[in-house]
Amino acid sequence: MSVAELLEGRRVCICAGPGGVGKTTTSAAIAVGMAASGLRVALVTIDPARRLATALGLESLSNQPRLVPADRFAEHGVEMKGELWAMMLDAKRTFDELIERLAPDAETTKGIFENRIYQELSSAVAGSQEFTAIAKLHEIASEERFDLIVLDTPPSRNALDFLDAPDRLTNFFEGRALKVFLRPTGIGAKVIGRGTGLVFSVLRRVTGVDLLEDLSTFFQALGGLIDGFRERAAQVKTVLRDPGTTFLLVSAPEREPARETAFFAEQLAAAGMPLGGLVVNRVRPGRAEKVDVDALTEELTEPLGARLAEKVAESYREDRTRAAHQRETIAELQKTLGKKTPALLVPELEGDVHDIESLARIQRHLFTTEGQRKRLLSARG
Amino acid sequence: MPGLLERRLIVVTGKGGTGKSTVAIALGLLAARRGLRSIVAEVSDQDRTARVFGQRSDPYSEEEVSPGLWAISIGPDEALKEYLHDKAGRLADVLTASKTFSHFASATPGMREFVSIGKVWELAQLERKRKNTDRYDLVILDAPATGHGMGLLRTPQTFADIARIGPIAGQARNIQANLTDPAFTAVIAVARPEEMPVVETLELKDTLRDELGIGLERIVINGVHADRFSGRDRTALGRAGDNGDDPSPLARAAIASALADGERVRHESALMRRLADAAKQPPVTLPFLAAEALGPDEIGELADALEGQL
Repeated sequence: MSVAELLEGRRVCICAGPGGVGKTTTSAAIAVGMAASGLRVALVTIDPARRLATALGLESLSNQPRLVPADRFAEHGVEMKGELWAMMLDAKRTFDELIERLAPDAETTKGIFENRIYQELSSAVAGSQEFTAIAKLHEIASEERFDLIVLDTPPSRNALDFLDAPDRLTNFFEGRALKVFLRPTGIGAKVIGRGTGLVFSVLRRVTGVDLLEDLSTFFQALGGLIDGFRERAAQVKTVLRDPGTTFLLVSAPEREPARETAFFAEQLAAAGMPLGGLVVNRVRPGRAEKVDVDALTEELTEPLGARLAEKVAESYREDRTRAAHQRETIAELQKTLGKKTPALLVPELEGDVHDIESLARIQRHLFTTEGQRKRLLSARG
Repeated sequence: MPGLLERRLIVVTGKGGTGKSTVAIALGLLAARRGLRSIVAEVSDQDRTARVFGQRSDPYSEEEVSPGLWAISIGPDEALKEYLHDKAGRLADVLTASKTFSHFASATPGMREFVSIGKVWELAQLERKRKNTDRYDLVILDAPATGHGMGLLRTPQTFADIARIGPIAGQARNIQANLTDPAFTAVIAVARPEEMPVVETLELKDTLRDELGIGLERIVINGVHADRFSGRDRTALGRAGDNGDDPSPLARAAIASALADGERVRHESALMRRLADAAKQPPVTLPFLAAEALGPDEIGELADALEGQL
């Protein structure tokens, strides 16, 4: 199966997986390939390597996708029949825009922007990337300007950070806490008493009045946006569960990333999210063959001399052992994900993989047939 | 300045997939060998030390996994409960039993990070707040990858700014003071000898300086391939490849693999030189281990490699 078949009829492709496995590059290669086939594709990246960003013409953060000139790809043998649009997510601005859109009036917007908790939330606090990425995804999806959106997710050990993002604020809005915060008198001395009152009196004791008041203002200000947020979160969840959406897990053929990928898959399944396929990068090419070191040393002794021949043979044995380990790790991961999940293996590429040339090469692997991919992978040297 | 292992807290961060957890555990093992009562703390909901030392019945408790080395996985829920009990005593039960409160806590930006780093800080105190707990000589935080790791380190500052006064503000300032005190805390970055992790490490160094006013104490390059072919070997290999005597496909593959090995080593050395120049410090290096799974033996090997360098 090729990526093109895998994404047939899909409108959103979310690339998820552990850090350091080439998620951003894979997302970009998928977007390039789909655009080359004639679609209008939006690639939403988060914190790509500077070289890759530059290669795609993404010199700065932005909140709207920009068209990547087709001639950048032509010289690497990729004919762009469609259009590739790309953006590097600006989390702060995306959040600000969301507030502006949802706030009933300019005064509410101003109140929120000036609140210190909001200022910290939208820029400094870990986890805001997940929320904004998902908000952006929804925004672009609802504009219906693109045939396909490819989203690169923030590196995370926990897929739930991302999947839970829309729920966190709505849970709060739907709970009683906000109603208490929203009383016109705030949560001052009045609420000391029974039930919720006691909760807040203890809360004040552990947080401090100042913080509680800021939080109160923050939530009050956001209170005007409750309906908008709730609606938005529900829509985002709909996008995630839509049959037009698919998750691709990106991994590497080593034990740790494979384990984390299996963990992600479990979480996706538990959350009822569709898993479309698995991409394994950096697979050592060649056959996973057993090497007879003595025989190989003997054969190499004539051209290389005994000392070097032995080193080369031993080094090759280690190389093939590693290749064999990798194939085992991949097979195990495939077993965990189930037979129905297509797995695409991409060989490790020499040198730097952050330019258009490498994108084009990875793209060729992802978009070719299963048989051809196997041949490419088992080719020696 | 005290040596790395003489601090109270070492924060291990770096790009995803570079082996932060492995390096954190190897450091812990080295410290334990030197007689320091050490603990490796994780803040994700995954218990990675278990993969080396076996499952524990309760990963959220402090447990000795190897002589002199303890481990704990810090979960935000447990850390929050503990913080509340510390501040409000038995009244805290009112909060932890309240659904309103749990919504409140999960909706408050940064709360999870704040209570997690707070727990790390508590572990590193000479006088620990928790009853019936002993002091550690060294706490090693297996922190999240660079972006989230920075978020975690920034949280106390953020809360100190927001809260201004009150118990959270006080707590946040205490944590912040220790995190930015080079005699107390050292931040180290783990990278692989590849372009992206190296670039990210250099960026981390700038971010640490600009946002927290602290330095990057050491850089650990993990997974460095051994240089087994000399320049002369490479020349001989190159010639053998070009020779007309038609070696078998196996021999050709072996020669090509050896040449690729040599290329990789040269690429890695060039990157490490670039890193050393830009960071103005030589990195600590750890060898690439061919072992499929990292057990106590492999971690021991890495601790041996650290021994001579720290």
